[in-house]
This record gives sequence, structure tokens and C-alpha cells, in this order.
Amino acid sequence: MIDWIQIFSNAAQELISPTTAAYALAALGLAIHFGYTGLLNFGQAGFMALGAYGYAISVLSFGLPVWAAVLVGIGASVVFALILGIPTLRLRADYLAIVTIAAAEILRLIFTTNTFEAVTGSAQGLNGYKGSFAALNPIPEGTYGFGPFQYNEYDWWLRIVGWIIVVLLALLTWLIMRSPWGRVIKGIREDEDAVRALGKNVYSYKMQSLILGGVYGTLAGMIFVLPRAVVPANYQTSLTFFVYAILLLGGAATILGPIIGSMIFWVLLSFFSGFISRAVEAGWLPFMTQVQAGQLRFILVGIAIMLIVIFRPQGIFGNKKELAFVK
Amino acid sequence: MSSEVTPTSKPVKTTGLHIGAAEPGCRKVDPILIADAVTRTFGGLKAVDVDHVEIPRGAITALIGPNGAGKTTFFNLLTGFDKPDTGKWEFEGRSLAHVPAYRVARMGLIRTFQLTKALGLLSVLDNMKLGAKGQSGENLFRAVFPFLWRKQEEEIEAKAVELLTRFKLDAKQTDYAASLSGGQRKLLEMARALMSDPTLVMLDEPMAGVNPALTQSLLDHILDLKGQGMTVLFVEHDMHMVRHIADWVVVMAEGRIVAEGDPHTVMEDPAVIDAYLGAHHDADLGVTDTEHVEAIKELIDDEQ
Repeated sequence: MIDWIQIFSNAAQELISPTTAAYALAALGLAIHFGYTGLLNFGQAGFMALGAYGYAISVLSFGLPVWAAVLVGIGASVVFALILGIPTLRLRADYLAIVTIAAAEILRLIFTTNTFEAVTGSAQGLNGYKGSFAALNPIPEGTYGFGPFQYNEYDWWLRIVGWIIVVLLALLTWLIMRSPWGRVIKGIREDEDAVRALGKNVYSYKMQSLILGGVYGTLAGMIFVLPRAVVPANYQTSLTFFVYAILLLGGAATILGPIIGSMIFWVLLSFFSGFISRAVEAGWLPFMTQVQAGQLRFILVGIAIMLIVIFRPQGIFGNKKELAFVK
Repeated sequence: MSSEVTPTSKPVKTTGLHIGAAEPGCRKVDPILIADAVTRTFGGLKAVDVDHVEIPRGAITALIGPNGAGKTTFFNLLTGFDKPDTGKWEFEGRSLAHVPAYRVARMGLIRTFQLTKALGLLSVLDNMKLGAKGQSGENLFRAVFPFLWRKQEEEIEAKAVELLTRFKLDAKQTDYAASLSGGQRKLLEMARALMSDPTLVMLDEPMAGVNPALTQSLLDHILDLKGQGMTVLFVEHDMHMVRHIADWVVVMAEGRIVAEGDPHTVMEDPAVIDAYLGAHHDADLGVTDTEHVEAIKELIDDEQ
């Protein structure tokens, strides 16, 4: 029979998993880009890859300490945002979309190619960069927790750091979006010519937004690789689309939306995957193999997201009033 | 010509603006904006070809002309929203060539748009606040610390509320701008432009799509701008309005300035009548436009 407790406890673990935190952060970055500024960034996976590789390569190839590795990753994503933004931000929004989706793929292919295997590890990726982060851990060795949340000291350390970063950056986003800076940013989303006519340097604001959201993505990429290895195949375009799904699920121009959206997304994904694979084992779905079952969860998550978008198009935290005036 | 609107007060016309005869490109006593040999072509079409024009300070100048005369393009060129192919133009003695639109606005030359650009999903009050110049909280790093900009924000809000009250939009201040009617959006756009204390306000068809009841209040607001020492340049099709409030009229046709003068004399200028009605408008053909007649004839032939 099906072990429901196991399925639910696995799903519950996703609530605070570092992957959930990483996706929440990446989605928060996209909220700045898309939800607040109206920039169509389809290359968030690229920013995440820069964070992952920037951190791992700094530690492995150059032996940098944690703080320096983080700064290298952030620096790389600032440069990446400038390269993307300088030619495209003066043009219409769709140009940025095309350029970002292509640039993220270029990055992934550069990380995959054999030419730089010594540094990037090619398709195998990178491993063994967690030592210096683990060394900072103040929690003594052992297993702690309650209910389904039983982890060792490294896993707790990772979760605590990851979620503290998410909370701090969510607070920062909340602060700046209610400031005059946020007002200009939202004005640009509505009509950038009007904002330009009021004496604001729209180009500069769009660049600031692109860099800021990109840095969020980069930090998300670092949190993402700390519980696993750096593998280039993780940074495909589908990663960006999952992050967009989370953003729309929670509400595009909201602070809590990306965070809660990420939790819902991962809990649902884990629940469906656990349920289907057990159901196949138990013979409930005789027409299906285990491999097919692994794919079905994405279909079910897709359906769940479609239902939410159809019946609650503003997302969970979005303002219903905003949709009354869709242009 | 639109329906008669009874003016609440007879506007005081500013006179003695020009030097010499009132002809296209004539010099002004105190010009605020000067354009010289400004041209702009779209493909083969010369949309704007202005030899020389000066806009008088402290007066209301109307820019009129038939559809396609290049009025809006000329507006865009002057405000940095489009780049001319040749020419130089200056505002208060400072050249505007290669100056981006946002800098032009900061110099005190604020424009509005023919199709109103109210920022729909911002509240009316936020729309207004966005118009204020030199906000320290608009810097990303200072934005994080509210105590650095809160005082300025309160001043801006007080000013915004005062302006909204004057434009009778104060009851709407917490609503989304998208919920305003077309005429209210025109008012909001004008009020927003005033947040930055401009010296020259350029209004692109302020009356387009505004119902007659609101027209009078808009007219009064435009006259009010002059009263406060601002210079106004506006594009308009409504001749009644032009005659009523403009101190000076510049007429464009096919990209060129064809006439200038005070509103009453300029309307009698044969060049203006030609521009609006065609050069052969008084030749008796039964129909005013020969080209149209031929085109219609050809169409009828095709049908048969």
C-alpha cells in the first residue's frame, strides 16, 4: 500500500529546502525585472549559472574564501547584466527577451564545452567546493530537528543561511519598492516615454533594475549549488521558465508571491512525484512505467499552475484590482 | 469648428511679441525657444522642414496645421524624443542638440502627449509625485533609508495634493490612474507636468477627446499657466480654442512654417486658408477637392 506519511513528509521537507529558497530568490529577482520594471528577462538561468560557477570556480581554481567567491559571482553577474543591457535597454522590451534567452544559453554552452574542462569540469561539472562554507558553520555536529525536518548540522546551516538571505533581500525589495525609486521603476513599467518626459533617466533605471534582479539570481545560483554539485545541464532555459511559473503563481509585482510561490511549487512537485511513483509501484497505474511516472509530475504541476492562472490570474498575492484595467 | 463655449472670463492677450512684420520665421522680442533649419525625413517624406521659428516667452503659442503637417514630429524633435537630420535648436540659450529627452525635461521644458500617458497602475497621487524634480529618494542607495527622503516626500505630497485640488482630482488621489476618464487623464497629465515647475509647457492636443463640459476648465488651466509666468506651446485642431486663448499662432503645413501672427489676423492669411482647404478651394468645381473626385470616379469605374 501507499505510504502516505512518507509522501507528505517528503513534500513538507520542500517547504524549507535550500532549493526552494534558491528558486524563491531567483523569482524575487524576476519580480524586480518583470513584475515591477516590466523587463522581459528570459535569462535568469544565466544569472544563476554565473552564481554557481562564479562561486565554485573561485573556490576550486583560485582558493578564494567564501566572501570573495560570493563577490566574484556578483561581479560576474553585474558585468553580464551590463553586456545584456547596454545594447538592448534602449530598444523595445522584446529585444531584451531575445538577447537574454540567447545569452543564457551561450553561457551554459561555454560551461559545457570541453575547451575549458580544466576550469569548468565540462559536462561533469564541479564538485568539492563546499568545505569553506561548511567550515563557517557554528552548529555542532549532530542531527537536529522535529517531525519531518531532521537534518545534520551542514543541512541546517545551509537552510538557515539560505532563508536568511531570502528574508533580507525580500525586506530590501519591499523597502526600495515603496520608495521614490520604486515609484520610478513602476512608472517605467506603465509607460517609459511618460517617465522620460518627466525628467527621469529611464535607461539608467532599467539598467539598475536589471543588475539588481540579476544579482538576486546570482545569489540564488549559489544557494542552489551548495546542497548539490554544479552541473551545466541544470541551467537550461526550462529553469528560467520554472522560475517564471513560480513568479506568476505567487503574483508578479509582489514580495511574498515569489517566496510562497516557490514553496507551493516545490511541495506540489515533491508530492506528485512521490505519489505517482508509489502509485505505479502499488499497481494503481498499470499502463505506466516508473520512467514515465517521473515525467508525469511535471505535467501535473503544469496543470496545477494553469488552473491557478486561469482562476486566479493575478497570482496568490496579486491585487485583483490591477486586472480590471488590463491594457 | 466646435460648439460655442462661453468663456468664464475674457482672457488677457499678450501683445507686442514680435519684431518686424508677422511673417513666417519672424523674430521675437524675448524668445524662449529657437529652432533653426530643423529637418526630419521619414524615408522619402520630409515630415519637418522648419527654416526658423522662435517661440515667445511668457505667452501662449498655438501650433496649428492640417493633419500630417508635422506638428507632433516637430514636438518630438524639440523635446528630444526624436532626432532631427539637420539643424540646431535651443531653449533659453542652451543648445538642445543631442540632449536626451529626460535632460530636456530637467531643463524645464515639459511636454504632454497626444495620446495621454497616464501611468495606469499607479495611483493618481503616485502619478503626481513622479513628476517632481530632484528627488533624493530616486537614488537606489538612498531609497533604502526612508529617513533620508521622507521629509522631501512629504513636501512633494503636499504640493501634489494642492495641484490635484486645483485640477479637481483630489477625490481620486488613491484610485488607479487607469480608472480615470479620458478627460480626467488629460487633466492629470497636465497637473503632473506642473509638479516640476517647468518654464515651458508643451501640450500636444490638450483638448483631443475631452468632453465640452471639461473643455472650459482645461482652457482655464492653460490660461492659468500663463498667469503663473510659464510659457505654453500647444498643438490644437480646435480653432475656437486657439482664437480664445492663444496670443500667437504658428501655422505648419507639409512640414514647413507657412504663417505666423496673432490668432485673428493669421486665420485670414491666404497661406493658412490654402493649407487647410487646398490651394484651389475657391475654384467652383461643385466639390472642394478635385483629387478626391477623380479618385472616387476611378473607384466607380473599377466597380463597374
